[in-house]
Amino acid sequence: MPETPPQVPVVSPVDAPQLPPATPSGGVTVTAWSPGEDVIEVTRTPAPGPARSTWRTFVETLRGLMTTFGRLVEGPTTIQYPEEKTPVYPRFRGRHKLHKFEDTGLEKCVGCSLCAAACPADCIRVVAAENTPEHRVSAGERYAAVYEINLSRCIFCGYCEIACPFDAITMGHDYELSDYDRTDLIFTKEMLLAEPLERTPLRTEDE
Amino acid sequence: MSVLAEVGYYEEWWVQILKAIVIFAVGLQLVPVVLIAERKLLGRFQSRYGPNRVGPFGLLQPLAEILKLLTKEQFRPRTSVGFLFALAPLVSIVTAVAAFAIIPFGNVQHIFGERVGLYGLDVSIGPLYLFAFGAVAFYGIMLGGWSSGSKYSFLGAMRGAAQLISYEVSQGLALLGVVMTAQTLSLTGIVYAQASMWYFIPQFFGFLIFLTASFAETNRVPFDLTEAEAELVGGYNTEYGGGRFASYFFAEYLNVIIVSGIVTTVFFGGWLLPFGIHPPGWVDPFVVLFKMAIFTFLFIWVRATLPRLRYDQLMSFGWKVLLPLATLNALVTAVLVVVTH
Repeated sequence: MPETPPQVPVVSPVDAPQLPPATPSGGVTVTAWSPGEDVIEVTRTPAPGPARSTWRTFVETLRGLMTTFGRLVEGPTTIQYPEEKTPVYPRFRGRHKLHKFEDTGLEKCVGCSLCAAACPADCIRVVAAENTPEHRVSAGERYAAVYEINLSRCIFCGYCEIACPFDAITMGHDYELSDYDRTDLIFTKEMLLAEPLERTPLRTEDE
Repeated sequence: MSVLAEVGYYEEWWVQILKAIVIFAVGLQLVPVVLIAERKLLGRFQSRYGPNRVGPFGLLQPLAEILKLLTKEQFRPRTSVGFLFALAPLVSIVTAVAAFAIIPFGNVQHIFGERVGLYGLDVSIGPLYLFAFGAVAFYGIMLGGWSSGSKYSFLGAMRGAAQLISYEVSQGLALLGVVMTAQTLSLTGIVYAQASMWYFIPQFFGFLIFLTASFAETNRVPFDLTEAEAELVGGYNTEYGGGRFASYFFAEYLNVIIVSGIVTTVFFGGWLLPFGIHPPGWVDPFVVLFKMAIFTFLFIWVRATLPRLRYDQLMSFGWKVLLPLATLNALVTAVLVVVTH
């Protein structure tokens, strides 16, 4: 049995947008929009005469010259980037760090994958494994056998840090993350555990 | 009376050739200095450093830029007029160097037993010579813009033409006051006439008018409508690249140096020093160069400050403000000169 074609809505000239009726003169009536109370009076000084405007141009030119000269005296404000770095705030969210316990040297991460679940960019990959008495990596029952963050996908939102129940992952201050190859931006557990080269200066109190 | 202009002092022919070479060499060396000074100072005026990577303090930047330009391919649009396209930058550069010849860096000195005037030529028609070459320099822009066969170049060239015509009049009238006061057209004569007082004091309005008109004559900001990169891509030199563009660039900066030199000579006593200091003759060129550097600084300072004028503003300023003021200045000076003599 052939299917009936889906019902299409019938468009009739009645549905077309209605123009306001033509006035006897043939034009279209346009009622002026009334601003109501929302009017701000702009007061303008009378336009200056030729002598005054010339004088004003002269004075304003001198004032402009003094402004630029002030910048010359002040000196540059440029930060010479590769040599000087922009200091970051303490809570700046840069490259992630994985942490170990200071005393025992065991990893804080227990491989629970909560960070991976919280990650909106889906850039964390965790593969957990059981700790054994001979091979004890973390303080918990399990540990992260594989812990990878794809930093080319990461949006540095810091949700992983919030999701982590053991404060095993935190956002560091490192923001120089360019590389020649995308695969080099997949950071492994070893890279994340390693003490980052503290290349980023921290902002001091008065900055 | 001779048809040819009188020349203040003739050296031997070989001295003249040597002088020509020295002057050209000095001019050639000054341009990169102004180039790096401009880029550095523009940076400082805008709270940044400017070029500081090439060489110590970025001082080799102009060298790198010029080398880059000279090693580029010579390109010519299909619609251009070949020989004019090649000739136009030459016209610009030749006139600029020729105008450089009359700036006096000092008076006649004894160097190795020869009497040598520290200038290319001391003609009895100083300012006229300058305006003559200024007028020819305009062909460099006009031909370059027209022969490129591009609308942007052509528009830039037309603007340049209108602008040069408008402002040359005011420039000339502003110099007229000085010429009347000094009673000579020779630039060395004008310098000597300033022994008691530099002309920027009695001719202050003339100085301001000349300076303003000079900004327009050299196509510098705020009168750089021939370039107007926001509207015309690059103006008359849009289609130029490589060595030919470098020639235009060279001529433009040399013109800034020349105008600084003329202002120094005509209004600021050339090689003379105030307070009756009379240094030995070899100091004179350095005094002139120092004064020129101050005005070049002013050119850069103004470039960092003022926005470009609209075209109708440029024209109305030239004809309605500058020209009447220049005429008034010349008239008042003429009356005063007659009354006081």
